[in-house]
Amino acid sequence: MHSLTFDIAHLLAGSLVLVSFMLLYQDRLYALLNVYALHAFVLALSVAWQAYAQDAPHLYITAAIALMFKAILIPVVLHRMIVKLGIHREVETVVGIGPTMLLGIGLVALSMVVMLRVTAEADPLVREDLAFALSVVLLGLLMMVTRQNVVSQVVGFMSLENGLVLAATGAKGMPLVVEISVAFSILIAFIVIGIFLFRIRERFDSVDVAALDSYRGERE
Amino acid sequence: MSFDAVTAVLAIPATAALLLALLPGYKLTAYLNVGATLLSFLAALSLFFFERPVPGPYILVDDLNNVFIVLTTFVGFTTSVFSASYIEHELEIGRLTPTFLRFYHAMYQMLMFALNLALVTNNIGVMWVAIELATLTTVSMVGIYRTHEALEAAWKYFILGSVGIALALFGTILVYMAAQPAIGEGINSMVWTTLMAHASVFDPSLLNLAFVFLLLGYGTKVGLAPLHAWLPDAHAEGPTPISAVLSGLLLNVALYALLRFKMLLAANPDALAPGPLMISMGLVSIVFAAFMLYRRGDIKRLFAYSSIEHMGIITFAFGMGGPLANFAGLLHMCMHSLTKSAIFFAVGDIAQVKGTQKIADMGGLTVTNPVLGWGLVAGVVAIAGLPPLGIFMSEFLVVSSTFARQPLLALPLVLGLLVAIGALFLKLNAVAFGEPRGPTHKAKGSYLPMFSHLGLVLTAGIYLPGPLVAWFQAVAKLLG
Repeated sequence: MHSLTFDIAHLLAGSLVLVSFMLLYQDRLYALLNVYALHAFVLALSVAWQAYAQDAPHLYITAAIALMFKAILIPVVLHRMIVKLGIHREVETVVGIGPTMLLGIGLVALSMVVMLRVTAEADPLVREDLAFALSVVLLGLLMMVTRQNVVSQVVGFMSLENGLVLAATGAKGMPLVVEISVAFSILIAFIVIGIFLFRIRERFDSVDVAALDSYRGERE
Repeated sequence: MSFDAVTAVLAIPATAALLLALLPGYKLTAYLNVGATLLSFLAALSLFFFERPVPGPYILVDDLNNVFIVLTTFVGFTTSVFSASYIEHELEIGRLTPTFLRFYHAMYQMLMFALNLALVTNNIGVMWVAIELATLTTVSMVGIYRTHEALEAAWKYFILGSVGIALALFGTILVYMAAQPAIGEGINSMVWTTLMAHASVFDPSLLNLAFVFLLLGYGTKVGLAPLHAWLPDAHAEGPTPISAVLSGLLLNVALYALLRFKMLLAANPDALAPGPLMISMGLVSIVFAAFMLYRRGDIKRLFAYSSIEHMGIITFAFGMGGPLANFAGLLHMCMHSLTKSAIFFAVGDIAQVKGTQKIADMGGLTVTNPVLGWGLVAGVVAIAGLPPLGIFMSEFLVVSSTFARQPLLALPLVLGLLVAIGALFLKLNAVAFGEPRGPTHKAKGSYLPMFSHLGLVLTAGIYLPGPLVAWFQAVAKLLG
């Protein structure tokens, strides 16, 4: 069923994967936050389209949360936070953009192979959505692994959560409980992160997690 | 009107958390904390005497989670008794300020609420939310001392825990996707009881994929190697009562979630057998943790690694499956929770007396603090799995049932157990016997929780009451 509905959903979910790739190579924090805002914006569009396609009005709420909270509020707050912490000029050395991108491509291929094969009998709209969602999740994980800066790790985690929201909305008729809880847990998680950032700043002069790794508890 | 125990188990901690966040004063809040956990425990016990609620879309009480609820609320109660005396000392030496204490108590109750919710819920979505909530509350408690080490531990725990939780959510979504064609859209496709009833017609490949994500996700929370990296740090740097509930309760609840999904897969004839995956992760954890025990210089880290080992044993036993191994796994889980929290109670007091957690700075405890020292000796003897204590019995059952069915698998299992015994006694020798080292004043903490746990473990090792055995057998059968 290659209708317009399907094409647009495909386009939006695919763009989300593309923006995930863009996140991978940003080395300035401001640029990273802007791309993350774009990521959340694409997610909001995609969820809204799913709401329309599935005729499920409650998904508009999820889309609105993604737009207001993740695309606007969080980037703004993080902007202010990194200014306050005085790290906004820092350029992060992203190790090996080339290998990272290649690895990312490999992960996307992996998720396509796995998901498309597994969901052979499902509705094509659902299949594609789920495959893209898994790609976004894996790319988010990759970003968390390759980054050293606390802020970029958190952005990686949030992009991973976006992938989960995409998966949850793609699964037809999944109860609202989960969507709200996802949004809500991000809120809580974010507060925790915020507290942590300030606490880390209080104790150290850098928000680089490499500074945290000095302690292992076993050294005499 | 009948008494609604499930509502009580959830409402008491939730209300207490709210009250404790608002009320000032150490004495009052500590009593309130103990009182609330005691009430929750009584409510959980009453599940035996009153008729169980009919399974609805959100609440389910069956033989399986009843074990977990009673165990959780009991250890929650004894830990709050220990915590009252422990925290008083932390306040005196200024490691905690009154504001943080309020936060600590509120978070403790929130954790109990989250654990109970994860256990009684009939809905895989709600269960995921509850485990996420439990993670967040423990993260904030691990970081409560705000030292360099505590922050690192909390951050590591937070990042790894969140990734695990995220993978588990993906798995949960996949389970829904597998269920949806058979059950239809909406809430029913996330309810355990309906999922179990229809599991045989689900798409097996989707279920398999879902289980891999769930195993990785919830397995991180269980602390299975190689996903255990957060566990030793989180145990070592947080307040000791939190180490006790982490080891004794949170790991169990994550395992409970895995068991439920294992049952779901077992109910589908075409899905992959979850047993071998759990067996291999369990064995890796046992052997890895046993060798890691030798290198520990920090007493709380030592017992954190021991927790990884024991969670490995339990996962292994449940992975083996069958009535005997499941029975052994259940028994081992209860015994481990009781013993490990008793050990952490002792270790908390020891660390307060000595002013350090370094094993090198401790010594001769049985001479200087006899009650505490011998309490620790008893705890370590129990956790090492020597007769006549309860863990001996459960480990014996695990090993003998493995020998009967898969002798080759029993070899690494026994190797891990023996290596762990050696390491534990080596470290115990350094702490409990020999020349006294470090400060020797009396410990402030209450011994009651520790000895009540050890007493239960000893009793279970000598004599298991008939009804309890019958009950565990029923659960073991349920687990398949």
